[in-house]
Amino acid sequence: MIAVELVKLVRSRRTWATIALIDALPALVAVLLAVTDLGPRPGTGPAFLSAVLTDGTLFPLAALAIVLPLFLPIAVAVTAGEAIAGEAQQGTLRYVLVRPVGRTRLLVAKLISIMAFVVLTVLVVAATAYVLGVLLLGNESVTATGPASVSGSSMSTPELVGRTLLALGYAMLCMLGVAAVALFLSTVAQSPLGAALGTMALLVASTLLLTLDAADVLRPYLPTRYWLAFVDLFRDPILWRDVLRGVALQGVYVVVFLGAAWANFMTKDVTD
Amino acid sequence: MTAERVIATEGLTKRFGRITAVDGVDLDVREGDVYGFLGANGSGKTTTVRMLLGLVLATSGRMEVLGRPMPSAGRQVLPEVGAMVEGPAAYPHLSGRRNLALFDAMGPGGGRRDRRRRIAEALDRVGLAAVDERPVRAYSLGMRQRLGLAGALLRRPRLLVLDEPTNGLDPQGIQEIRSLLLDLNRTGTTVFLSSHLLSEIEQLCTRVGVLDRGRLVLQAELAELRRPTGRVEVRTPDVEQVRALLDGVVEEYDATRLLVRESDPAALNERLVRAGVRVTALNSERRTLEDVVLEAAAASGDRFGVSS
Repeated sequence: MIAVELVKLVRSRRTWATIALIDALPALVAVLLAVTDLGPRPGTGPAFLSAVLTDGTLFPLAALAIVLPLFLPIAVAVTAGEAIAGEAQQGTLRYVLVRPVGRTRLLVAKLISIMAFVVLTVLVVAATAYVLGVLLLGNESVTATGPASVSGSSMSTPELVGRTLLALGYAMLCMLGVAAVALFLSTVAQSPLGAALGTMALLVASTLLLTLDAADVLRPYLPTRYWLAFVDLFRDPILWRDVLRGVALQGVYVVVFLGAAWANFMTKDVTD
Repeated sequence: MTAERVIATEGLTKRFGRITAVDGVDLDVREGDVYGFLGANGSGKTTTVRMLLGLVLATSGRMEVLGRPMPSAGRQVLPEVGAMVEGPAAYPHLSGRRNLALFDAMGPGGGRRDRRRRIAEALDRVGLAAVDERPVRAYSLGMRQRLGLAGALLRRPRLLVLDEPTNGLDPQGIQEIRSLLLDLNRTGTTVFLSSHLLSEIEQLCTRVGVLDRGRLVLQAELAELRRPTGRVEVRTPDVEQVRALLDGVVEEYDATRLLVRESDPAALNERLVRAGVRVTALNSERRTLEDVVLEAAAASGDRFGVSS
């Protein structure tokens, strides 16, 4: 079943259309930066963007920072919201289940397929951003010692690669949290659209509450609270506090919502 | 529950909230049957079928399919069951062949090595052998129905569970599917056919069960239900002459037709002809399935045969 889900993912025209759309934004930013040469000042705007003007090899990181807070979660919410509710609406869910595919196995296969989509998207975005960065923004470093960390000190290439991988892992975990919520709603909602919108509503509400001082008590528990903590991985020394809290928080979201999705789906009457 | 019973349920009940959709149903489908499961739309047919396949979970009661408990043994039972529930469904952006291959690869019981051959065979059986690579989105309703059947036949199941399989087919298509099902039945496949079309059931089935408002009001051999009633139907222009001749055994009559209580039609015919009655038709009266069903459903105080 897992293999079938992956084949469906890769062969679906929508997968590639979504990835292309997600990829378009950082590409546009790269072109604009190259043409105007107007980067945001250090400390403002999306993370890393101020650095890329001088070093195009950093652009993949900047691209991910652009894509992670909004585009990718929406794509994940739509894909995961589709998982069960979409099959139900299409009528294929009943045929999948009588094939038979176990309900737990189906959920696991769907989750793996969603994460494969995230990995695929991140890889495509990083690869195009690297190519565009080097081509349009050049790779001449201002400092002879290599790219600088957010804190201003310089980093060696292996260190940068290691930290990038850590950051990617962290981002994936955040997306897994989104996927868990959407998958749960997908087992509840009648329509895939409902599941996707429900998930997005939660994320928007969370983002909004973060800006509200009155919601201070809720803040540490909001799903999007530590999303951008991966920037801290590029400080010198690494600022672990928010990253670790983020990992713990996302872990709780994943466990709770996947558990709820499983419990709900196992006892659900499939009547679509 | 003996081994030869392919489907056996005891007190199968499903409640959705306060509504009881299926109420204490005891199904008994035996190996080699073509079982016709009749009921008006909304009588609980589909819910029962879905329970048998483990899609809907029963509120109470026991079920055995192919001699094993459902839904707990679904992983062993379902690979030997071919099913079509409430119309066919497929991934619309893929071709029919691709859909069959995808579904085959999903679960157990479908070998990869002979998949291509099995798909070709199944498509051939349902009359889609020459189907091209266009996506299912572009299929007609009849083609989708045939594809759904091909999917059910793909692994040569011991039991076929079909919900309204001739929906959307033209008369030739219906005839084709009918002979296909009879063919499969001859080679040992038990067929469980759910339908609201009496004529379809009457032409295909050996046993029938009638569901009325969630209750199984009738379950019997079709031949048993349709045995001669012990009356003979006589058609003649000389109705008055016959009444005079057969005083006391004429039970009903109208302008051209009489119903006579008589066990031997040949003797009756001889007697009438000898008396100079012009007989245009004479045959033993048999009840139609419609009569039987109307009677059974009326006994439960509800209307039957209301179909959309």
